[in-house]
Amino acid sequence: MSDTGFFSRLKNGLGKTRNGLIGGIKRIFSTNDTASLEMFEALEESLISADVGVETTLQIVEDMRKRVKAEGIEDASRLYEILKEEMTALLTQSEAGCDWRCEGEPHVMLVAGVNGSGKTTTAGKIAYTLAKEKRAVVLGAADTFRAAAGEQLAIWAERAGAQLVRHQEGADPGAVAYDTVDAGIARKADNVIIDTAGRLHTKVNLMEELKKVHRVIGKRQPGAPHEVLLVLDATTGQNGLQQARQFTQALHVNGIVLTKLDGTAKGGMVIAIHNQLGIPIKLIGVGEGVEDLQPFNARDFVAALFD
Amino acid sequence: MFENLAKRLESVFKNIRGQGRLTEANMREALQQIRNALLEADVNIQVVKKFIADVQEAALGQEVLASIHPGQQIVKIVHDELVKLMGEKNAPLARASKPPTIIMMVGLQGQGKTTSAGKLAVHLKKAGHKSLLVGADVYRPAAIKQLEIVAQQAGAEMFSLGEHADPVETCLMARGEASLRGCDTVILDTAGRLHVDEDMMLEARQIAEQLNPHEILFVANAMTGQDAVNSARQFNAALPLTGVILTQMDGDARGGAAISLIEVTGCPIKFVGVGERLEALEPFHPERMAGQILGMGDIVSLVEKAQQVVDQEKAVQFQKKMRKGDWDLEDFLDHMRQLKKMGNMSDLLQKIPGINKMLPQGMDMAEDDLKHTEAIILSMTLKERRNPNLINGGRRRRIADGSGTSVQDVNALLKEFQKMKLMMKQAMKGGKGKKHGRIPRGPMPPLPGF
Repeated sequence: MSDTGFFSRLKNGLGKTRNGLIGGIKRIFSTNDTASLEMFEALEESLISADVGVETTLQIVEDMRKRVKAEGIEDASRLYEILKEEMTALLTQSEAGCDWRCEGEPHVMLVAGVNGSGKTTTAGKIAYTLAKEKRAVVLGAADTFRAAAGEQLAIWAERAGAQLVRHQEGADPGAVAYDTVDAGIARKADNVIIDTAGRLHTKVNLMEELKKVHRVIGKRQPGAPHEVLLVLDATTGQNGLQQARQFTQALHVNGIVLTKLDGTAKGGMVIAIHNQLGIPIKLIGVGEGVEDLQPFNARDFVAALFD
Repeated sequence: MFENLAKRLESVFKNIRGQGRLTEANMREALQQIRNALLEADVNIQVVKKFIADVQEAALGQEVLASIHPGQQIVKIVHDELVKLMGEKNAPLARASKPPTIIMMVGLQGQGKTTSAGKLAVHLKKAGHKSLLVGADVYRPAAIKQLEIVAQQAGAEMFSLGEHADPVETCLMARGEASLRGCDTVILDTAGRLHVDEDMMLEARQIAEQLNPHEILFVANAMTGQDAVNSARQFNAALPLTGVILTQMDGDARGGAAISLIEVTGCPIKFVGVGERLEALEPFHPERMAGQILGMGDIVSLVEKAQQVVDQEKAVQFQKKMRKGDWDLEDFLDHMRQLKKMGNMSDLLQKIPGINKMLPQGMDMAEDDLKHTEAIILSMTLKERRNPNLINGGRRRRIADGSGTSVQDVNALLKEFQKMKLMMKQAMKGGKGKKHGRIPRGPMPPLPGF
């Protein structure tokens, strides 16, 4: 996938104003010369405002305090560099490849998440990007519940030039998934992408249904799905961790797509998710255009978080 | 850390309860805990700061009274402040003095605007209103198609000039269309947009200026974090918002965004979305929400819902039959469907005080059982349902095959049914003239143990 920096896209701004962001973390360190109590309090507030969460925030701030004490750091700008480096290092482990190839068989991807997080759009954009690399892509519309979800994916399939497997509304999503993998194998596709219905992670029945979809895929093609992506909305607060936890328990999620980062939300909850669950963030969504789904870059993400 | 806000506050209060009186020191710890709990519940940090200051002020003023039960006192203070913050009473939808009433749905992408538009139509239909749903989202692929299907499910009219038309134009045309089709309500389903997208915000403003809606409802998801204040503030600055619909309240998000949204927009929350079905929309009750946050349950909503959904006449009929002991599987099926209409079992149970959010994982399974039971009964002929004694071995096999269950399942159901019938009959008989062991005369006979 292409990797033009999303940070510059964000800054240059798509004709959007970003005046909701006065008083970012960077500013705290530039208005304070030395490390002070007020500075730490402001840092704590800013991290919480970015949805990093109370626990993770307190941990970060406590670590910084300890370093200040142990290393005798006084200079605030030096402290800022340290914080930035540490958080970048922490999240760099989260950078992971998005090559999505399998030798001799289709690479199968399953896209899941709660309602409205942007699954169908993400599946469509990934299909588009892969198809542009001259790969043969089969999309599966396993969201048979939401009205017109199939139509929405069909439009994406057409844009991407991908094949689409679709059943009637209300059909068994497992059957759609099976047929999609089947079609992928028969047509010697490079990539198979299966879009699922949005569901709250607390609905036991729906999570069971998702597990079944996963199993059915594996039945048709042993070893598949190779990638299970959880789509998270960047405006989500602390519930994001619960979502990640429950979906991972059901599906062994191995990558996160953080969407809607083009607003004023910072998506700080992925830090806790990465910290506690170790799931890498693979892609971020920074706009509605096809080119606005980009590989995750820790440095850019932290820069945007602090800006 | 991620325990329920209610539980967290409970433990705070327990700590205080153990001590004789409210001192500044134990207040500080409690307030710190309340602060963290509210932050974990995604209430915006600036809002939390203000809230804590209010609570502190209120609490310190009362301290002079040297209360005997400081724990209860602070529960009351926190509860009252939460209610105060969320608006004191449930706010109804505005109606135009001269129809049509125009309702405009706005919000970020993926909040549930289209679904909520359908839910509103269903809600208004119950009050005798006929809605025209207007598809003005020309950006998201198939959004208009989705609204079309939703309108059909909601039993509402639908209008759109299609995805190549100007959304403002579509909305303008809708007014005339409404009177043509005899609709007294117009619900504009606009595209999801970012508050920082100037062009899109301008479009929304144009729609609002041209149509002058009676309600502009900001649709936001209960899982929203700290950023709720940023988006809400800008939407509120661009458009004269009149209310909020909080969606996805059926998950496990603590919904602190509710407090942030009210604080920033100054608008009441008019409805909450509590499920995927179009009936799953409830009025917002600040008292109840505050109670829920503090772990007091929400029995009032449950009772209201039961009254709304259950066909009273049928329920009375069923009770009569049950009393006589001459009810059959057909009645039973009917009864079960009434129960099902009341919604997801776990949703229901969550409203019962004490059970609140502590449900075992197996709860949704009970729903599966209901589905199986329904399938089995539906696989019987009417004759068999009227007279279960007819069902011999051969019929049992056929019913099992037809419903995708096993003969054992069919047997179990029949046995359970007989047992229940007997039990009910005895209970009803025993009830005559005696207070003891009587089945209450409510609209809902109890659900047997399936």
